[in-house]
Amino acid sequence: MPENYDVIIIGGGVVGCMTARFLSRYQLKILLIEKEEDIGSGTSAANTALIHPGYDPLTGSLKAALNVAAVPMWQQLASELNFAYENCGDYVVAIGEEELPKLDALYQRGIRNGVPGMRLLSADEMRVREPLINPLVSGALFAETGAMCDPFGVTLAAAENAVMNGVTILRGTAFEGFIRDGARIIGIRTNRGDFSCRWAVNAAGLYSDMVMHQAGVRPEFRITPRKGEYLIIDRAEFQLKSVYFPVPTAVSKGILATATVHGNTVLGPTALDQEDKTDKTNTPEGLAEVLAGGKKLVPAVDVRHVIAIFAGLRAAGNAPCETPGVSYNQDFIVEIPRSVQGLVNLGGIESPGLSSSPAIAKRVVDLLKDAGETLKEKKDWDPIHPARPQFRHLTHDQRRQVIAKDDRYGRVVCRCENVTEGEIIAEIHSPVPACSYDGIKRRTWLGTGRCQGGFDLPRVTHILARELGISELEVSKKGAVSRFLLRPTKEIEAANE
Amino acid sequence: MNSREYDVVVVGSGPGGLAAAIAAKKNGAEQVLVIERDLELGGILLQCIHNGFGVEVFKEDLPGPSYAQRFIKEARDLKVEALLDSMVLEASSDRRLFVTSRQGGIQELQAKALIFAMGCRERTRAQVRLPGTRPAGVFTAGTAQRWVNVEGFMPGKRFVILGSGDIGMIMARRLTFEGAKVERVLEIMPYLSGLTRNYVQCLQDYGIPLQLQHTVKRIIGNQRVEAIESVAVDDRWQPIPGSEEIIPCDTLLLSVGLIPENELSRQAGVRLDPVTGGPFVDNRFQTNVPGVFAAGNVVHVYDLVDWVTEAGYEAGKSAALFAQGKLAKPSKLVRVSAGENVRYVVPHTIDPAALAEGSIALQMRVRQPIEAPVWVEAVAGSQQLTRRSLPYARPGEMVTLNLKPEAAEELQKSDKLVLNIRKR
Repeated sequence: MPENYDVIIIGGGVVGCMTARFLSRYQLKILLIEKEEDIGSGTSAANTALIHPGYDPLTGSLKAALNVAAVPMWQQLASELNFAYENCGDYVVAIGEEELPKLDALYQRGIRNGVPGMRLLSADEMRVREPLINPLVSGALFAETGAMCDPFGVTLAAAENAVMNGVTILRGTAFEGFIRDGARIIGIRTNRGDFSCRWAVNAAGLYSDMVMHQAGVRPEFRITPRKGEYLIIDRAEFQLKSVYFPVPTAVSKGILATATVHGNTVLGPTALDQEDKTDKTNTPEGLAEVLAGGKKLVPAVDVRHVIAIFAGLRAAGNAPCETPGVSYNQDFIVEIPRSVQGLVNLGGIESPGLSSSPAIAKRVVDLLKDAGETLKEKKDWDPIHPARPQFRHLTHDQRRQVIAKDDRYGRVVCRCENVTEGEIIAEIHSPVPACSYDGIKRRTWLGTGRCQGGFDLPRVTHILARELGISELEVSKKGAVSRFLLRPTKEIEAANE
Repeated sequence: MNSREYDVVVVGSGPGGLAAAIAAKKNGAEQVLVIERDLELGGILLQCIHNGFGVEVFKEDLPGPSYAQRFIKEARDLKVEALLDSMVLEASSDRRLFVTSRQGGIQELQAKALIFAMGCRERTRAQVRLPGTRPAGVFTAGTAQRWVNVEGFMPGKRFVILGSGDIGMIMARRLTFEGAKVERVLEIMPYLSGLTRNYVQCLQDYGIPLQLQHTVKRIIGNQRVEAIESVAVDDRWQPIPGSEEIIPCDTLLLSVGLIPENELSRQAGVRLDPVTGGPFVDNRFQTNVPGVFAAGNVVHVYDLVDWVTEAGYEAGKSAALFAQGKLAKPSKLVRVSAGENVRYVVPHTIDPAALAEGSIALQMRVRQPIEAPVWVEAVAGSQQLTRRSLPYARPGEMVTLNLKPEAAEELQKSDKLVLNIRKR
């Protein structure tokens, strides 16, 4: 007899986890499944980490509506869920006179989309606001609602708050198909057995096309993964004050240079359409393009100060915009399709997907209400996800207090980012626990600095083994067969025999 | 909270730090403290179980831990204090430190003289921007060395090593002892980046191929490394199309250079040389910040530990004198600069008055290899102060030129000392 849920969310990216958190407010039995060993390890872990103000999406598109609706929700979310978030505003920077006219077009689109707090700046003002900007700047568009965040932190905090409020999360659980009773979805099949439900939410990101096709919905819909490569520049070299976009191209917002909540500078992304939903390789051509794009905005960018490279895939779809008269075919899908009952269908959630995620989650709640669900609020729903101590952000006196309670917060394991053993252990025993090195890395930022884990890796491996009660040989980078250590040395093998 | 005061505080207990602490004690500093982030004194020497240490200092060929033990014992006998399992969080230009540890929490320390001896860290995959996937199985050689020699685990069974640095070559041999297959060592440059003796003893003796002017084009494998694609490069490091080769392996080790670890030094206002990555130092190993000294690989990457020990002694002695108010102010500072075919020289400045009291070792790295007899010369103005002949000069091997007291008078007349390495 499969376990019975009111709602099953397929996919543990930022959209799935945010939806779980919003739905956890109501008296519903909810399951979220994620095929990877950790939540937020796809697109949500590898993106530009920005909350966009909403001047970029085409007026009339669902993207524009949800992006603009979501922006005012972030401040409150950040204070409830305690993730890293900084409302620094953002800039679109025109370099050279020929790019200048494009700023006004963006500004006008922002006005039409209902974006508040935008202003066109002179080149002089831009140079004063960001001394590192290319001196050939000809003008800039400033939007005060732009913000940066830690996107994995957002996803994790939403997931943990959902779990605190009764949601079950099963990781390493892959969707295989729907169980139907006529036109009604009554459950799902997974690699870990069947689960029945009244509602399934397709939040499968890059795989959202495959999930909806399993339900017979939108057979023409297709995700074309769009790869973006990135470089990270050491904060010790320089730190940008804010977020700097180039004037956008036809396919993307272009290669930007942005500050991050870590203080490092991120450059990227490229935009390359591909078939493969898993190919996140970095390429010499991609990295060269990122470097050139970054240098165009910030000439101080120097290849010698790169501390990390990565790539992510955007879940770009081909859904036509439903607003009459708006010709656009890469819109978000947020719907309850008519052809099947019991499915909330989300698809094509590419950029600005992270920015829009709270509004998408709210829209899912509204769609369920419209479909006749009487959503009753839980009396004991707790919107607060408490922050855990982060050593690097504490004053010395606060550090002393934390260490007095648990001395493991006194031992620094990651030198570059000052992450302590206490923080690592807390993440291994949290509501959505870390069970791999990358899980620890994403939660604590350990190993993200200059040495990229060279010092901490053996130490974290040891801590993971000890806390999880497994052998160090079983500790992995990102689950499954991504293990670090393949056997003991001869001396240890001999001693064990 | 009151801060504890010391005459000399040394950050790091590798060979540079231990020698500095010992020399500080022997030169009159009473309260000497060494701070070490690991559980034991000795630094990276503890994972260097191969031999080759001490040939210059002890005229003996010792493994790393044995070499370290001699200094650990001497430091203990001299009553050098040690804070183990402790990380320095902050260092200021007035030599105040904040340290954290499980046992002591956050402690504030004040040093009359401070010695940075943090050594260096390894260059990573990102710093050489290796393309491809990001699976488990890409490690720096030093991380693998710790796993094998200290923790007792093998991080792979079939290896490719990128970079012909010393740690990589030494690990090639160590992994072979452990039954692993080391497919080959790839080096992007047309010459070895480590010591020739390591090439002979670690690669040649075990039949491990070294391919010069080759690099990794991409890493293959999503969960664990499955193979790497290698490629030959031309003289401008550009890949040569058609030379690609897929090499199946489960691990890629990186031995692509070391970077002096100077985050604390920067905090303390110490100016760094962009070429070495370490502080500008004078012949006392004092940085631009008075009372702040630097010893060992934190200054520049040495080829032999014995020279690190010697530098540690000099820095420790100078720091002890500074703490006692006895370190003479330089009469003048002569700038030492890298001339023909020299990449850098340490120290960066010399006080001719100090030279009059004793020889000063100038240590440098050659820019381009010369496989023929060379002159190493020091020139002040148009005057050649000293020179020595060497059978060859290679980037992987440091060159030392001793400046003798006799040269002090000539140097006194000059502002600049230029070092050249040229064919005889």
